[in-house]
Amino acid sequence: MHLLTRARPRDPAQVLFLALLGLVAAGWALVALDGGQFLTLESVVGIQQRSAALGIVAIGQTLAILAGSLDLSVAYLISLTSLVAAEIMAGQDGNIGQAVAAVLAVSALVGLVNGLVITGLRVHAFIATLGVALIIKGVVDHLYDGPAGAVPESFQVLGYSRIGPVPVSALLWAGVAVAAWFLLSRTRLGYRIYAVGGNEEVARLSGIRTGRVIVLAHVLCSVCAGVAGLLLASRLGAGAPTVGTDGGYDLESIAAVVLGGTALAGGKGGVAGTVAGVLLLAVLDTLFNQLEVNSFVKDVVRGVVIVVAVAVYARRTQGRPA
Amino acid sequence: MLSMRGIGKSFLGVRVLSGVDLSVTAGEVHAVVGENGAGKSTLMKIICGVHAPDEGAIEIDGRPVSFGHPIEARRSGIAIIYQEFNLLPERTVAENVFLGREPVRRGLVDRAAMEEATARLLDELGENSFGPRDVVKRLPVAQQQIVEIVKALSVNARLVVMDEPSAALAEHEVESLYRLIGRLRERGVAVVYISHRLREVFDLADRVTVLKDGSRVTTLPIGEITPGELIRLMVGRDLGTYFPPRSAGAGEVRLSLRGAGNHRLRDIDLELRAGEIVGIAGLQGSGRSELARAIFGAEPFTTGEMIPARPRSVREGVALGIGLVTEDRKAEGLALRQSVRDNVLLVARAVGGGNRAAVGGLLERVRLSPARRDQEVRYLSGGNQQKAVLVKWLTMAPRVLLFDEPTRGVDVGAKAAIHDLMRELANDGMAIMMISSELPELIGMSDRIVVLRDGRIAGTLPAGASEEAVMRLAAGEAA
Amino acid sequence: MRRALPVLAVLAALLTAIALVNPHFLEPAGFLAFLKRAAPLVILAAGQYFVIVSGEFDLSVGSLVTAEVVIAARLIDGDESATWPVLALLIAAGLLVGLVNGVVTTKMRVPSFIVTLGMLLVLSGAVFLWTGGAPRGALSEGFRVFGRGGLGPVPWSVLILVVLGAAAIRLMRADFGKTLMAAGDNERAAALSGVRVDRVKIFAFMLSGLAAAVAAILLGGFAGVSAQVGQGLEFSAITAVVLGGVTLGGGRGSVPAAMAGAVTLEALFTLLNLYGVSGALEFTVQGVIIIAAIAAGAVRLPRKPTPRTGDAHAAS
Repeated sequence: MHLLTRARPRDPAQVLFLALLGLVAAGWALVALDGGQFLTLESVVGIQQRSAALGIVAIGQTLAILAGSLDLSVAYLISLTSLVAAEIMAGQDGNIGQAVAAVLAVSALVGLVNGLVITGLRVHAFIATLGVALIIKGVVDHLYDGPAGAVPESFQVLGYSRIGPVPVSALLWAGVAVAAWFLLSRTRLGYRIYAVGGNEEVARLSGIRTGRVIVLAHVLCSVCAGVAGLLLASRLGAGAPTVGTDGGYDLESIAAVVLGGTALAGGKGGVAGTVAGVLLLAVLDTLFNQLEVNSFVKDVVRGVVIVVAVAVYARRTQGRPA
Repeated sequence: MLSMRGIGKSFLGVRVLSGVDLSVTAGEVHAVVGENGAGKSTLMKIICGVHAPDEGAIEIDGRPVSFGHPIEARRSGIAIIYQEFNLLPERTVAENVFLGREPVRRGLVDRAAMEEATARLLDELGENSFGPRDVVKRLPVAQQQIVEIVKALSVNARLVVMDEPSAALAEHEVESLYRLIGRLRERGVAVVYISHRLREVFDLADRVTVLKDGSRVTTLPIGEITPGELIRLMVGRDLGTYFPPRSAGAGEVRLSLRGAGNHRLRDIDLELRAGEIVGIAGLQGSGRSELARAIFGAEPFTTGEMIPARPRSVREGVALGIGLVTEDRKAEGLALRQSVRDNVLLVARAVGGGNRAAVGGLLERVRLSPARRDQEVRYLSGGNQQKAVLVKWLTMAPRVLLFDEPTRGVDVGAKAAIHDLMRELANDGMAIMMISSELPELIGMSDRIVVLRDGRIAGTLPAGASEEAVMRLAAGEAA
Repeated sequence: MRRALPVLAVLAALLTAIALVNPHFLEPAGFLAFLKRAAPLVILAAGQYFVIVSGEFDLSVGSLVTAEVVIAARLIDGDESATWPVLALLIAAGLLVGLVNGVVTTKMRVPSFIVTLGMLLVLSGAVFLWTGGAPRGALSEGFRVFGRGGLGPVPWSVLILVVLGAAAIRLMRADFGKTLMAAGDNERAAALSGVRVDRVKIFAFMLSGLAAAVAAILLGGFAGVSAQVGQGLEFSAITAVVLGGVTLGGGRGSVPAAMAGAVTLEALFTLLNLYGVSGALEFTVQGVIIIAAIAAGAVRLPRKPTPRTGDAHAAS
């Protein structure tokens, strides 16, 4: 029994990493035929950088979805935090500490509000986070028409520098992913997130305070969005009121999570799948760029890939004896 | 270790338990038996802190206790294993066992300790077919039950309540359940064992308590009673007075099965005739509900013959003039947030046909007051909900109507009304098949009783057969 | 209908508040102009209602609206004679998109949230792929008249709204609506009563697609051709439906209430404009009011969507 389950790559994350390898191989072949080289240093760095912001948001989204919720407010929160960061930094190295602290505080607060509206006021997560998204959007649009604030050179290291072939932003993403993996697999909160998302009633009967778990998952999700906001601010050198929505981080992060095999209903999946999902999307992007395929094709392919992946997961679940 | 005295409980003014005493000693397997509605499940829920008793006292090790929440009962060393497991299918065995109380070392969950403790408990139970790291959803039901038992042991439960633990198990799995309970006994754990299967009661229990109509009849060491006596103690009541008179005779054959079967049923030969009520008896898991669903087309027969035709879907079943009043009316019978009117018209609307104009008359016939017609079904009592389900099918004027536990969760008055109506429908020429686990009801209503066992017909009994005879066939032994 | 009362009360309050600032608002001309503006969203909400009441989501309507407008402009390209064929094509395209959404959701058992999210990506990508990034071409006068013109004093869009609204109400009273509602409330009980659950859900998605097509025709005329014309409309439509007391997860709520929810949302926008709340802050107020209105309890939502078989099997 042990051996059997181990030997077969049942875990969607494993399947996805295999798909990722396959895609890289296929891409390499395609680009080679085209007379180029697929995985150059440049393109790898590009993939990592492209993935980092979405990757960090998607990690947070994973936590919310695993807890049986979801967060539609991340895109606007990213815009807001990029502005908070750049405005407080105002080009001065000395303000970086304060700015980071402020961003973390603001995003934690937003997560707290999301969580409390969902658990306390018992508003469906979809509507609750959509409402909070509108609130943030209003504030941001009211105060800003365009980029504002300034990020000092030293902070832009986060966005552009790299250590050897590895960009700092990718390291940040990896750090967040490892932290989330650690949280989910090694802490009580992580266990409880799975329990609440898996079956709220079973969790309650086991003495778990389910409301608190949902609120914490939302706080962490929002903090991840805040970190992504910091990263994007350092890339742009300023804060921008549309940076979050232009990236489509709300729906894309949900898509990446689900592509990674995490169930939208909660309770199953994990960080590894999300990482693979984000990377898969980024490799696709890179491939299309190198083949100079029209950038809009990528949206189409993306949509199809996500739906097909989830359909495959559904089929696999069906085929198994319960 | 557990002693309950004079326990009484009422729900909405209906007395469910009165003056019940129960004492369980360490290392004892104490069976609680009784008909459906005798109060077993209420008593069990009181033990486990789901309900608080209205009167009476509970003591554990001589200290009085009162539980406000199941978690408090758990802290006192009482664990319950429900028929429906409280497990997270996506998580591992160890994670389920320690759910909500994961051991922590330096702020982190101590997986190793968790898995070790789980492995140790599995080992003590002599279970080596799976390990602490296996994901629960991949385990067969019997092993999931073991996970529940390990969960109980891991909180150092000294009393484990098991509610029909064998209901979901196959024959060979029951044997390992026996071994498991033997090991619990060796550890000094007390077991309260609730079961309809008398063979298990006699195989396992040290003592047995018989409940009837909310009171305790007796408590006896198992050696001092025979199965026959036990059945008489459980039922011992005058039948016949409750039920409408049987009809004169059966008419034409409406439906007949020859050698019909599917993944749960084999070699079913059965005829349903106009004007006749055929009762279907059998233990849980014997294939009773599956038979009704197969005839109806919801889980179709795959082999054998059915005349007039073998339906492959619900719609084909409906087109053949078959209706099914399902066992679980909330999950399968009604759209609870829709009005009575919309529910009773649902089949007619979905499939077409049916006599919509007759609905008013039918509602009157079942005495569902017209004022309730626009009310959401969920606000109705169980009896009225069942009447709504019935009218839903009567609107289609079916030739064959299948009832799966038609009076479960229905109060006495509505029960009698439903019985009368079933007989009236039969007298009007409908062919009726009724599944019931309440033997008095089954015997009182049926013109013929077909007993199922393990997906086959174990035998057919004439009207007025004794409960002992039905039980013997259902359990498959000569008691 | 009792569940519609809170939204009607909110609507009445908003209309009163608007009338206080702008007395012309309640005159026929002013009110018709308001309805004309509201018509696309109200129609979208009616379409979304069918999907939500069956227990699903349709996130693709916003990008479908954009796609339809852009396609129309490109195909017509100012050519009057192309108007009617293109109109027919748009309606067919809307129905087709709904069909695909519905079939993938029910037959492949992918949660509708994901299916329609994928459709959103596919549509927006495909349209811009085809048009090369920026919308090109122009709509014909004959096309724009639906969004701009009117029959005498009554705008076409209001007439279309009334007709479609009446049709939606009729449909919900008919057998289809009743079985759809039952399927959203209790899929299993509906199936055991002979309801073809997959088929009614697919039909619901097609109605949503149809509503998006009509909304696109009105918006194209009213607001003109742009790549942003449908942006965020899926969220507005879902919000409007929920504001009308329709439960996410399915099985309850009425079409008129959902449409009233959309009118309320539009009235809210109007009021915020009138009271000089800047264009941006209106979102904030909108967000607060939506959360407050839904939390206020007239509308009790389950905290989690009722688990669907499709969700449970979403991934392994």
